[in-house]
Amino acid sequence: MQNNSKRQVAVTGIGIISSIGITPAEVTESLRLGRSGIVLDEARKSLGFRSALTGKVKELKPADYGLDRKALKTMGQPALYGCCAASDAIKDAALTPELRGSGRCGVVFGNDSCISAAVEAVDTLRREKETHFIGSGSVFQGMNSTVTMNLGSRFGIRGANWTLSAACASGAHAVGQGLMLIRSGLQDIVIAGGAQETGLESMAAFDALNAFSVQEDAPQKASRPFDKGRSGLVPSGGGACLVLEDLAHALRRGARVHAVISGYGFSSDGAHLSLPSSEGSERAVRHALADAGLAPEMINYINAHATSTPAGDAAEAKMIARVFGTSVPVSSTKSMTGHECWMAGASELVYCILMAKGGFIAPNINFEEADPECAGINVVREARPAKLRHVLSDSFGFGGTNAAIILDLEPDLPGGI
Amino acid sequence: MTREEIVEEVNKILAEQFELNPASLKEPGTKLHEELGLDSLDAVDIVVTMEKKFGCRIQEAEAREIRTLDQLYDCINKLKNP
Repeated sequence: MQNNSKRQVAVTGIGIISSIGITPAEVTESLRLGRSGIVLDEARKSLGFRSALTGKVKELKPADYGLDRKALKTMGQPALYGCCAASDAIKDAALTPELRGSGRCGVVFGNDSCISAAVEAVDTLRREKETHFIGSGSVFQGMNSTVTMNLGSRFGIRGANWTLSAACASGAHAVGQGLMLIRSGLQDIVIAGGAQETGLESMAAFDALNAFSVQEDAPQKASRPFDKGRSGLVPSGGGACLVLEDLAHALRRGARVHAVISGYGFSSDGAHLSLPSSEGSERAVRHALADAGLAPEMINYINAHATSTPAGDAAEAKMIARVFGTSVPVSSTKSMTGHECWMAGASELVYCILMAKGGFIAPNINFEEADPECAGINVVREARPAKLRHVLSDSFGFGGTNAAIILDLEPDLPGGI
Repeated sequence: MTREEIVEEVNKILAEQFELNPASLKEPGTKLHEELGLDSLDAVDIVVTMEKKFGCRIQEAEAREIRTLDQLYDCINKLKNP
């Protein structure tokens, strides 16, 4: 894959709602300190979950984001998370109503479920015996596109408006598609991101796969990507948003440029539904490198997908060692956040941008004993100062969908960033 | 329940659950859509909320005819005080 477009795509705004903070400043501090957002949820335990561990997002105050009853009525939890993150990102990018409503601005988010809203609707039906009592908001809350339908309406978006579902690579592919929409000239701005609900209903079926960590005695130590003692992932969620913009457009209007998205690669394993293939992920990563025009040795940090599952981390470590060798620093921020599933590919780009701004690489906490199956990669145990330029974030999902995105965090711009 | 009590209760619900300014509910002839900004989705929820509060059932055809506060009070009053 090669980028034949002359248009470059900048990130001009970011917003993040996650288990490690609900503002960029809070999240930066957590990343620097290696602070975990994982808790034990007693409600899951009493319901019969195999693992009651989860990332916990601080309670949001909708009024702080200008959300009233009417706005909230149609928002499922992913929409609330996505709207709060987008509200911050739009403010950060100084996107005026004129820019948003020009038809040259779109919204594309990754999301792959709204289970809690659907469960609530059916519970009401079973109790009341009539759909009439479900009320008017539920249908809008329970659709996968709840994030983008609410965002489009709320922010007066008149260009692209849709949701992309690709399991745990949804957020990454949404950013990738935003990039393609701008490169192709179809849009100048795309409000892109990912959202992930955190209600227990949304994770009951996933818990049944025995894929979650059961280290409940020490919740903050349960997510341990690449560590020999890892026993599974910890589900988490929130919302992440990046305002993508044609670089020339951004510079013309004097927008601040956080980063340039220099490469995107995708691939499908075409193999097992849930077992990862390091061959498929390697193709996505190599496509992203080719798209960015970079040799592997030019990448100076990898934010790994590594979710803390035995098979997934091992496959990814082998792929990283094959493509990049042993020296590039690698960390999985999921060690702190848990697995933010549908939004992870977008939130982890935000984390990379925050690290670059703070001049550090966030640690892969809980990496205590290297697993021979994950040998040959340079896992960062503690936060370390770093001047980040080219960083890669990869994301993989059920069905063998793979995404890789490369950010240029110190792009050569007229007058600098 | 008298009509006055119904009016008071309906206004209380509209103010508290539909975030309407109580001052905007003083004129019985006030139009729900044009003047109070309530849309077709709000209409669905107003019907369900009133039914639960007053223990009655508002038929779809009746609900469709409600345009003003007064018509809403009347509708409930007729069901409660036939």
